[in-house]
Formats: sequence, C-alpha cells, structure tokens
Amino acid sequence: MTAVPATPSRALAATPGQIALALAIAAFLLVFLVLPVATVIYVAFTEKGTSTFTLVNFYDFVRTELFMRSLWNSFYVSAMSVVWASVLALPLAYLTTRFAFRGAAIVQTLGFLPLIMPPFVGAVAMQLFFGRNGSINLLLDDWFGFKIDFMEGLNGVIFVQSVHYFPFILINLSAALRNIDRAMEEAAQNLGSSGFRLFRRIVFPLALPGYLAGASLVFVKVFDDLATPLLLNVKDMLAPQAYLRVTSIGIADPMGYVISVVLIVASVLAMWLSALALKGRDYATTQRGGGGLARRVMRPHEAVLGYGVVILILALVLAPHLALLLLSFATIWSFSPLPDAYTIAHYGRVFGESSLYIKNTLIYAAIAGGIDVVLGVAIAYLVLRTKLVGREWLDWMATAALAIPGVVLGIGYLRTFYGITLPDGTPLAALWITIVMALAIRRLPYALRACHAALQQISVSLEEAAENLGATKARTVRRIVVPLMTGGILAGFVTSFATAAVELSATLMLVQSNSDAPLAYGLYVFMQSAAGRGPGAALGVVAVVLVAACTFLSHLIVERSQKAKGMGH
Amino acid sequence: MNANVSLTTPAVSVAIEGVNLSYGDNHVLKDVNLSIEPGEFFAFLGPSGCGKTTLLRLIAGFNQADTGRVTIGGQDISRLPPWKRDVGMVFQSYALWPHMSVRRNVAFGLEERGVKRAEIERRVEAALGLVGLGHLAERRPSQLSGGQQQRVAVARTVAVEPKVLLLDEPLSNLDAKMRVQVRRELRDLQQRLGLTTIFVTHDQEEANSICDRIAVMNDGIVQQVGTPMELYERPANLFVAGFLGTANILKGRVVGSGAERSFEIEGGVKFPIGDGAAVPDGAALVFRPQHASLVEPAGSQEGALSLPCVIANREFLGASVRYGARIGSAEVAVDMPFQSGRELFEVGSEARLKLAPGSLHWLSA
Repeated sequence: MTAVPATPSRALAATPGQIALALAIAAFLLVFLVLPVATVIYVAFTEKGTSTFTLVNFYDFVRTELFMRSLWNSFYVSAMSVVWASVLALPLAYLTTRFAFRGAAIVQTLGFLPLIMPPFVGAVAMQLFFGRNGSINLLLDDWFGFKIDFMEGLNGVIFVQSVHYFPFILINLSAALRNIDRAMEEAAQNLGSSGFRLFRRIVFPLALPGYLAGASLVFVKVFDDLATPLLLNVKDMLAPQAYLRVTSIGIADPMGYVISVVLIVASVLAMWLSALALKGRDYATTQRGGGGLARRVMRPHEAVLGYGVVILILALVLAPHLALLLLSFATIWSFSPLPDAYTIAHYGRVFGESSLYIKNTLIYAAIAGGIDVVLGVAIAYLVLRTKLVGREWLDWMATAALAIPGVVLGIGYLRTFYGITLPDGTPLAALWITIVMALAIRRLPYALRACHAALQQISVSLEEAAENLGATKARTVRRIVVPLMTGGILAGFVTSFATAAVELSATLMLVQSNSDAPLAYGLYVFMQSAAGRGPGAALGVVAVVLVAACTFLSHLIVERSQKAKGMGH
Repeated sequence: MNANVSLTTPAVSVAIEGVNLSYGDNHVLKDVNLSIEPGEFFAFLGPSGCGKTTLLRLIAGFNQADTGRVTIGGQDISRLPPWKRDVGMVFQSYALWPHMSVRRNVAFGLEERGVKRAEIERRVEAALGLVGLGHLAERRPSQLSGGQQQRVAVARTVAVEPKVLLLDEPLSNLDAKMRVQVRRELRDLQQRLGLTTIFVTHDQEEANSICDRIAVMNDGIVQQVGTPMELYERPANLFVAGFLGTANILKGRVVGSGAERSFEIEGGVKFPIGDGAAVPDGAALVFRPQHASLVEPAGSQEGALSLPCVIANREFLGASVRYGARIGSAEVAVDMPFQSGRELFEVGSEARLKLAPGSLHWLSA
C-alpha cells in the first residue's frame, strides 16, 4: 500500500492511545525478552570481563571434548525422540482417522494425557517401571533372566521424552489426515490407484506438512529441555551443561553463554528448516462437505493387530501416571515390582509444610497468565485491527520467544538483572517477580495465538456498527471486542497458567530461596533424594491434577463460548 | 484446443438396472432404471438432495447399491472396486493433488496403469493439448485459475482413456461467464472423443444447452427421461413442468359435460374446455408464460379460452415483459414480447388472458 487516501479511513487511523499501547508493549518485550537474550549473545562474543569482540569462547567450546559430546548427545537424543515419538504417534493417528475404529475418541483423548504431566515428573515415575531395577526389568529377570536398558543414560532421556512429546505429532498428524478432502483419495482410486500405493502417493504427501510441524516441535522441545536429563542424571547434554556451568562456576564464566547461543541457533535452525520444508505446502484441501478420508471397516485380523498396537501404546502412555500415583502412596518401593505398603503420609506432608510451593505456583502462574492475555489481546488487536507501522514486529518479537530455550532465558535474566539493585541492595534478579516475568515471556506465544484466533473470528463490521453508533475506539474494544473474545482469552489464560505452573527450565535458574520456589522447583528438590521421592510424587500428582483440571476447563470454555456465539458446527 | 489429437476408444453403453440405495432410514435412490447409449452426452438433473450425485458415485464405485446393478458395455461392474472400473470422474472440487505439478497430476492414472514412460509422456502431452494447457504443465494446481484447474481435471481424467466420463457439477465452481465458455468446450471435447458422458447438474440451462438426453430426478426417483425439447414440451408430471423453465400450474377439477364442460380452478373461475380434450381427474392445467397473451378487456372474445384478469405486477425482462395476471385467487405469469412504442398494461388495470388451445397441457395433480 503506497497510496494514502487524503481522508482518514478507519483502517489507517492510529490513535495516540494505540501508539502509546504499542510503545508500552515494545518496551516490555525489549526489557524482558530482547535485552536478556542480547546480553547472553553479547557475553558469548566478548572476552571475559571486557567488551572486546572475540570468537575465542566458541573456539574453546569446539575444542572441549565434553561440550562437543554434549552437542552431539543433544542432537542424537532429539532426533531419536522424534523417531520414537513417530513410532508411537503414527499408528494411533492412522488407525483412528482411516478406519471405523471403536474407541477412536478415547484413543485421541488418552493420546493427550502425557502432555499434562511435566516430563521431569514422568522421568522419575518411569524409573520405577522401566529402570534397571524397575518393575518390568525385575519381572523380565525373574522370568527370562535378562534385563533391557530402557532407562540407561541417553536411552532414558529418549524414552521419557518420546512418551511425553509424541502427542504433538499425534495431534498435528491426525488433524492433517482429517483435513484431507475425500475427493483427493477418490480421484486417485478413480484413476486406478489403491492400497499402499494410494497411501504412499496421495495420502502421505498430503499429511506430511502436519507431520513435519509436529516433528519439528518435538525436536526443539527435547533439544531445549533441561529438567528431564538433570533428573535422570544425564549431564553431558547441552542444556544441563549450560545450567551446570552457570550454577557451579558462576555467571561470569562465558561457556554457559556460548552454550546458550548454540541452543538458540539450534532451535532457530530447526524451526527454519521445518518452515522451509513446509513452504508452499499449505494444502488446505478440505472442501465443503467432503472433509475427511473415507473410513474403512477393518477385517478381523487387521482389527486384532490394530487394537493390540493401540492397547500397547496406551499402556506405555499411562505407565508414568500409574507409577507416579503408586509412588505417591508407597511407603517403600525399591527392588520390587510393586510398593511394599501404602500410606497417605506423603500427601499430608505436601499439603502441610510444602503447601508453600503450591501457593507460590498459583500466584506466579496466575500473574504470568494474566500478563500473557493482556499482551496477547493488545498485540492481536494492533496487528489485526490497525495499520500501525511496525505492528508485525510486536507479533514477531512475542512469537520469537518460542525459539528461546528456558535455560537461556534464565541465564539472560540472571546476567541482566543481577547488576540492577533495589534501594535496599537486593538484586532485581533475586526477586520472585523475575520468575513471573520469565514465565510470562515463555508462555506469551501460545496466549498470543489463542487471542489472535479469537479476534480473527470476530467480524470487523461488529466494531464498525459500534463506532457508527458513537462509541470511540477504546470503548468499542471494551464493550464489543473483549466481551466477544472472552472465550479465546480465557482459553489462552488457562493454557498459559497450566503450562507455567509446571515450567522448570527457566525457574531452576532464577529461584534464589526456597520460600520463593514454585511447585516444579520443589518437585525437583524432592526428587533429588530417595527419601523425598514419596512427597515428590505426591506433589507431582498435585501438579498433574492441576494441569488436567485446567486443560479440561479451557476445553469447556472454548466449547461453550463457541456454542454461545453459534460458531460451532 | 488441438483438434488433431485423438484419445478415442469405442464408445460403450451404460445401463442402470433396478438400483436402490439407502443410508439407514434415508432411501436415497428408489428403483432407478436408466439406459445410456454409446457416445451419448447424458445429464442427471435435479435439485440438491435428489440423489443425482449419489447415482454418479455409484457408477464410479464410491457407493454400493443395496439392490440392482450397473453395466458398462454389457459388463456388470457392480462388484468391482473404484480402481478397477475404468470410468473417469471429474470431481466437483476438481480434487487436483496440490503436491504434484499439472504434469504429474495428469500422468498419475497412466503411471498407476503401468504404461511405459515414453507412452505416458506422449499421452500427457496429448491430453494437455486437448484442453489447451500444454504450456502450464510444470505449474502447481494452486497457481492456476479456476477454469484452468477445471481443464486439468478433465485432462487428467481423459488421459487414461476411460470407457465412460463422469462429470460431477463440473461448472459449479466457475463464474457465470466461464461457465458458458467451459460448457461449450466440454461439449466440443465430448463430441471429438465420442465418449459416453454423464453430467450431473442442478442447473437446467446447463443440461439443456449441452446434453443429448436428460434424466430429471427428484426425491431419489427418476421423474422423466428425454431430450431437452421433449421435457420442455411434454413434461410427464408437475415436478418436471415446474423444474424446467417457468410453468403456470392451475389446479382444479372438471365440471359439466358436453359443450358446457369446463375446468374450474381454485377460487371458482371456470375455463370452458369443450369435450375434445382428455382431462384426467384431479387435474392441473399447465402452460408456459409465452403461450399466453393479454388483450384489452374490450378486445376480441374469440377462441375458447379467454378470461378476464387483473394485472397484479409487471417486470421488464428486456426482450419481453412479464406480467403477473390475477384470475380469481390464482396468479399466472404471461410473457409479452417487448416492442418499443407499444403501450404496456398498467398494474391494477383490467385485461383479458388468452390461451392458445394447442399449447395447453393437462397433468394429474
């Protein structure tokens, strides 16, 4: 758009209020996202203690055998997690979308279950079932005289991560399969194609974008994850190395920053590659009336095989939950397939002395979720409803947080805000509000997408009608836009809240005193010692229940608001 | 389009015999019997939900009939899966695969049939040439206009030289102007290939303009089969009369006998009909707007059917003027040719409606 009409049209009007809002958001993002990340990069590229540009830190990184091994391990674990997550997700997605599959809804719902448990919680639980002396191996040893190293070293990380993150692939792939126009498949059959050739030539290529989107997400998440390898005592991976350098050697040591830069580059690279692979492949092929592939009825032997595979996968998915629950009620559970006896003492301890963790979590996650939806609504509004110059930059900046691993943000906050002290001498980085800000930034991209989608569904003419009847822009937003967006805003808040409640990567860096610690941190501390495992598990159950309730709530809100507005189908 | 290329195979007939199909309680096709001649351009015409697309998909093998069978060239194909039927279908949405170029789309069916590479290349060129899109072979479907996509879909289907060509509302996603052009191209193509073709549409003008014969369908039942002219002139029932063109339908009953015999329509107005015409009981009188005319009330009263009426409304249509004439409680449409300078009847004025006896059509109501 080059020609600017002489008369002020609504599209071009940027009121002073909108400009002020945009500047405020930009300032917030600069201080809490850009500045910390820039600081990390700056430190990585300067000589220790000076401001001279240097590549020597990177040279050191490459020369150090431990770091190179960690880099390779991180890459290997991420890639293998994608492979195994695909192995779990592909049959579930394929069976439930392509066949008349009894219980398809249950499979899809249970498929989401792992996402509501923080992966590091799952890690401990999985040890009990699959570890060297876990239930499965004890039974195997008893019956057949051998053990399988499910949980040894990197295997354990891969195992835990693929069970935890495979829903990302399942969700994306199922949606992609469901969105293929039935006529796409029928046209191929009409031209003589059937069976596996039809799948290979038509169905699979059309579903590939959905698969890649899920797979790249899994890769990045696993690459960035700090807590799971730490809890499994795997230290030679990049995120744990960054954490250990900064916590054991100090925030002045450049290696933590170099590793952070490598983590960012890897995240950005993975996202860029998947975007590149997806470019021009947005096959939104659904046509009116023709959605979804034809569902075939399975032949008896196919059904036996299909249900067998599904039950096996679901058992695996449910294993960590079951193990955690057992552990939270167990007195002693060691070298035996099941606990020796049961107690509710752990819950007593969690709700007694450790209730502080729960209280902190609720406060932090609520504030972070609140910040996220306020920013999300504001950015979505500026992007969709104004022609303010540079408004996309706000969107990009907020979304860029996706590519910043939690541990990097944590290190950035430490370095940036440690120098800033309050009048009484406390560094800003030591305040609990810093944890909240980190959580808010980490969850902002998700809340923004929810608000963006909610606003997109509202017809502009509803706002124009309000303005036509004399409402100012600000009043239109307050009386028309926000009420109509309520469902989306609430869903965004609940999602932010639930995921912030179990976030550990960033907070692990920023928690300075036990009294400021959130639930996830408490869990981590508990799980460090054998005696703490019981209360830790109880706390984990509390976390799972909290997230599950929130997820269910957000689902309910979205459904109800869509129904109320007549937008559901 | 390149007229020198031929993808012709000998034309075959299609027969549908005693087909019934239900989805649960919903009886979608009710005892359908149709016989389509070799090389014929045949239409299934009807409103949405009449079962026409279901019937087409049944021929392609995407639906299974509960009873009856479908034969192509005398061979029963009812039990064959879609990929073994050798009937080419052009989908309403075109269903071009977005991950393949135009060339790969068109080559697909030939590759599935194991045709040799050189032969595939030749036939893809021929098929694309036939629809005049040889120069766009390397494009992706998303880079083409709606009309071009439609032609690629046709090329993809005829490239495999199917025995029968099925077209599922192929013009519905095009704008009005393209529709007229493309339907001529389709007719032209069909003539050159001599391919037995079945065309599904809800648009009577489309069916009338390009099809040899039409099966009018409603509520899962074939109402009438015939050429466009036959259907228009001699509709078999009220549905066909009303669906094809505009028809005035006056329901009523026969009263009196001999010379006094007349037809009394709802509202009490009587038409003298004499004793010549065979009129069924509980009949309806059907005539087209252009088969009636209006004269001044004081004008000639000659001819058997001349009735006083009041002009209720008037629409200028260009070549003609359409009047709504009220007779008793009924209103009929009358088209009068428009001639500049000639005075029009005003709304509210009285007039006489004249009907040419030969153009009246009696149907059971």
